[in-house]
Amino acid sequence: MASVANGVSMMEKKMAETEKKKVIKPLKNFPMEEYINSGHRACQGCAEVLAVRHVLKAIGPDMVMAMATGCMEIISSPYPYTSWNVPWIHVAFENAAAVASGVESGLKALRRKKRVPDKDVTILAMGGDGGTTDIGFQALSGMMERGHKIIYVCVDNEAYMNTGIQRSSSTPFGATTTTSPAGKVAPAGQMTWKKDMTAIAAAHGIPYTATACPTFFNDLQKKILKAKEVQGPSYIHILSVCPTGWRVPPQKAIEYGQLAVDTGVFPLYEVENGIWKLNRKPKELKPVSEYFKGQGRYRHLDEKLTAEIQEKITARWNRLVELSGADKES
Amino acid sequence: MTKPMDQILWQEIEPGGVITEPGNASCYHTGAWRSQKPEYNPNLCIKCWRCYIMCPESAISPNYDTNEFVWNYDYCKGCGICAYECPAKAIEMQED
Repeated sequence: MASVANGVSMMEKKMAETEKKKVIKPLKNFPMEEYINSGHRACQGCAEVLAVRHVLKAIGPDMVMAMATGCMEIISSPYPYTSWNVPWIHVAFENAAAVASGVESGLKALRRKKRVPDKDVTILAMGGDGGTTDIGFQALSGMMERGHKIIYVCVDNEAYMNTGIQRSSSTPFGATTTTSPAGKVAPAGQMTWKKDMTAIAAAHGIPYTATACPTFFNDLQKKILKAKEVQGPSYIHILSVCPTGWRVPPQKAIEYGQLAVDTGVFPLYEVENGIWKLNRKPKELKPVSEYFKGQGRYRHLDEKLTAEIQEKITARWNRLVELSGADKES
Repeated sequence: MTKPMDQILWQEIEPGGVITEPGNASCYHTGAWRSQKPEYNPNLCIKCWRCYIMCPESAISPNYDTNEFVWNYDYCKGCGICAYECPAKAIEMQED
């Protein structure tokens, strides 16, 4: 009898547990379709491909994409394979923006001649930090000046990672790469400061410019949707952690994105028709040393260099707060 | 699915090297890269979708019938982001 009673109580317990169980609810405002298929050859823990996944999800299936050479092109399209479920063109390092301009104008002409259905198609140009800040810079500048309706996305992993971690003009001060190694001659490694590409794009007077990070995926998708609605060029600069090049463990890729934003190294902001707005304003910035800790590329930094970087980052943050008028709000 | 490179004849190649089949990289299974495997505990899971959202391989999908998340071990590279980011510690990395 005792064992039967025991069994009944056990069953009751189990029933109560199943009632308490949480149920998977469908995600709101998050498309389930994948536009970059599994089977791509990205390194383990690549946050760049995560960023691309969120960007494509936000835009949806009606798009044409032009992509400059870089990590994302290398990993997604080793011939005869492709990871892309959307029309995708691979172009040379320097002319992703130029090809996207051509696609946009061509579609406009075909629509006028009624050769293609009158449908809103988003043109997306994408490049890495090398393809945007160094090599593709003049094509991008031309695209913004001519005012094509294109979203240009720069996925920034702060060096030429696919060829073996060479410095680009987007590499921050103090990071060591294979072409800017830290040593006696250059104690800091990279001796120049990171090019502020978002401010340069905003200076073109284009309708929408923003920075984003895949760690804050809601913010990233919101910005892409905003850029999609804008009549004219828009520029989105996405910081994507590269575990291989930054010498961090692959599982921490998301955490370092969070730290970059919270320390003020990579502030999230947008410039909409000349109005600057901070999207994430921590009450107090964390010290940059917290972001440097654990990153192999910053291992050689001593206190003096860290203080120098901290000073510069605080100054830039204060300028940004002033520009966005966030200091007057609080 | 597309044949391996060494089995394709030159007559079969499209002009301009155009790839006509979208997303055919899926026939390459990246799961062989894995050294650690995520083990999922559905009882601890709070169904917050964070692993699904943060997976760079899109190897995680929901199964509404069994009320669990399912890992596609053909593509999971074992980066450990899902285990590290899980707020309920329902995923654990184990040697594969």
